[in-house]
Amino acid sequence: MISFVNVTKTFKKSRVLDNVCLDLAKGDRIALVGSNGAGKTTLIRCLLGEYTHDGKVLVDGLEPRANRAQVLARVGFVPQIPPPLKMPVGELLGFAASVCRSDPQDMVRVIGALGLDYDRIRKLPFVKLSGGMKQKTLIGVALGRPSDVLIMDEPAANLDPEARHVFFRLLADRRDDGVMLITSHRLDEVASLVNRVIEMDMGKVALDDRVADQVDMASRLSCRLTMNRPDAAFARALGEWGFSGAGVEWQGWVNGPDRLRFLGMLSRYTGLVAGLELKEAEPCVA
Amino acid sequence: MRAFLRAARLDITESLRARWFLFYSMVFGGIVVLLFVFGLTESRILGFTGLSRLLVTYIQLCVAILPIFVLITTVRSVAGDREAGVFEYMLSLPVGLAAWYWGKMVGRFTVVFLPVFLAMGGAALWSEYSEIGVPWDLFMVYTALLVSLSWSFLGFGMLISAAARSPDVAQTGAFLLWLVLLLFLDLILLGIMVREQLPLEAVVAIALANPLQSFRTAAILLFDPQMVVLGPAAYVILDELGARGYLAFALIWPLALGTGAAGWGYHLFRRGDLP
Repeated sequence: MISFVNVTKTFKKSRVLDNVCLDLAKGDRIALVGSNGAGKTTLIRCLLGEYTHDGKVLVDGLEPRANRAQVLARVGFVPQIPPPLKMPVGELLGFAASVCRSDPQDMVRVIGALGLDYDRIRKLPFVKLSGGMKQKTLIGVALGRPSDVLIMDEPAANLDPEARHVFFRLLADRRDDGVMLITSHRLDEVASLVNRVIEMDMGKVALDDRVADQVDMASRLSCRLTMNRPDAAFARALGEWGFSGAGVEWQGWVNGPDRLRFLGMLSRYTGLVAGLELKEAEPCVA
Repeated sequence: MRAFLRAARLDITESLRARWFLFYSMVFGGIVVLLFVFGLTESRILGFTGLSRLLVTYIQLCVAILPIFVLITTVRSVAGDREAGVFEYMLSLPVGLAAWYWGKMVGRFTVVFLPVFLAMGGAALWSEYSEIGVPWDLFMVYTALLVSLSWSFLGFGMLISAAARSPDVAQTGAFLLWLVLLLFLDLILLGIMVREQLPLEAVVAIALANPLQSFRTAAILLFDPQMVVLGPAAYVILDELGARGYLAFALIWPLALGTGAAGWGYHLFRRGDLP
């Protein structure tokens, strides 16, 4: 579906992408990982037709740069850093829906599902929203229109646990429809969302591997946790995960795709954990 | 067409919310108010009086401040948007590059021209109300000259924004361009060139090419056919082209120059990296 053929990008004398060759097929959910300067963003910008480059990028045989309208109409994109747009949220949605020839109400529905009150933010300048609200709005624009290529740069970084759950569920609904490309500095953030990992290093593909595709993206785990003594820092961390409780007994929900990240957080407090129960619940509706 | 109109509208609404636009509008509105307050319509200099006197002064002030305002706000906004990631996101949507670029240009033209025109239009309406009398033919000529001047410097601004990779470089480029064109105004550098006995053709060519010079000359020539307040090159040009010929040239040349510069900028924009 998407091919990178000997793609090389050089800025002045610095080679940022070095002869990258990749084939992404329908159904691929890819974690694009790598350190800063590895070439992830440059690769994405080449795919979006925003950078000139040597070699070829093809989306179903079409070059994004030469066929912007056809290719980008199929692409939903969530950038890592939201653009500082002064326009109200309603206007942003209107513009995006108009050029994508889609229904803005679909975007509004996704925004609502992510827990954002659209009527409250409709007239607010986009730039004045909080980080999480901006992220939800951009996810709404990307997912609220027909697109079979999803490109997301650290998409869940600013989302609260409930919004993450809805977000994962929305992704699960589209899992076999096309290609999903999710970039992150940390594999544990996105590991459960993907079935393929591509690691970039110094502009080259350092690793391209399939991963086990067992986790249901819409699943949730009920969790009960017992500490051997109350701890303020641990309690704060659990609070950020939406857990309720007091003293040594805590309970809450962990999104299926977040389990690795949750266990990573717990590992920092191993000495305090007296008991832990993680139980997969029936796939639930948010 | 839909994307073009959307892009133009987007730029207009974004500019209307920007602080620079408020300041920009206040400057031009403020100039007109001050000219009225200081009783300029009642004074008489070189035969100009009433609203004609005010318009001549207004247009002289415009030639000094409008180009630098247009240049700086354009390059700051366009190059700044690119650096801040606005282009990265907005150009990930299926909007054509031509629609985006020219839509932005037309949107910006609207916001840089309207305050200047509305200030002048407001002065005309006030004069009509106060029964001072409005020289409508002069008003029309000055409106056309302002369109031409704004478009020309907007074209330069778009070219600089497309060529420069950062807002700082773009701003420096814009300022240098304005300074060079200012230095080549008839009475400043051209006077020296004539004194140093440079070939007349070269001096006239430079004067003709400079949109600031053509604007300034055209703005005055209706009242001062002898060009005593301008300079030697303007006198020669006017002698060659005649008043109507020069006026036509002063309207068309900056428009062509601005369109050419913007076209070159589009070529660079289309062929280079977008964000």
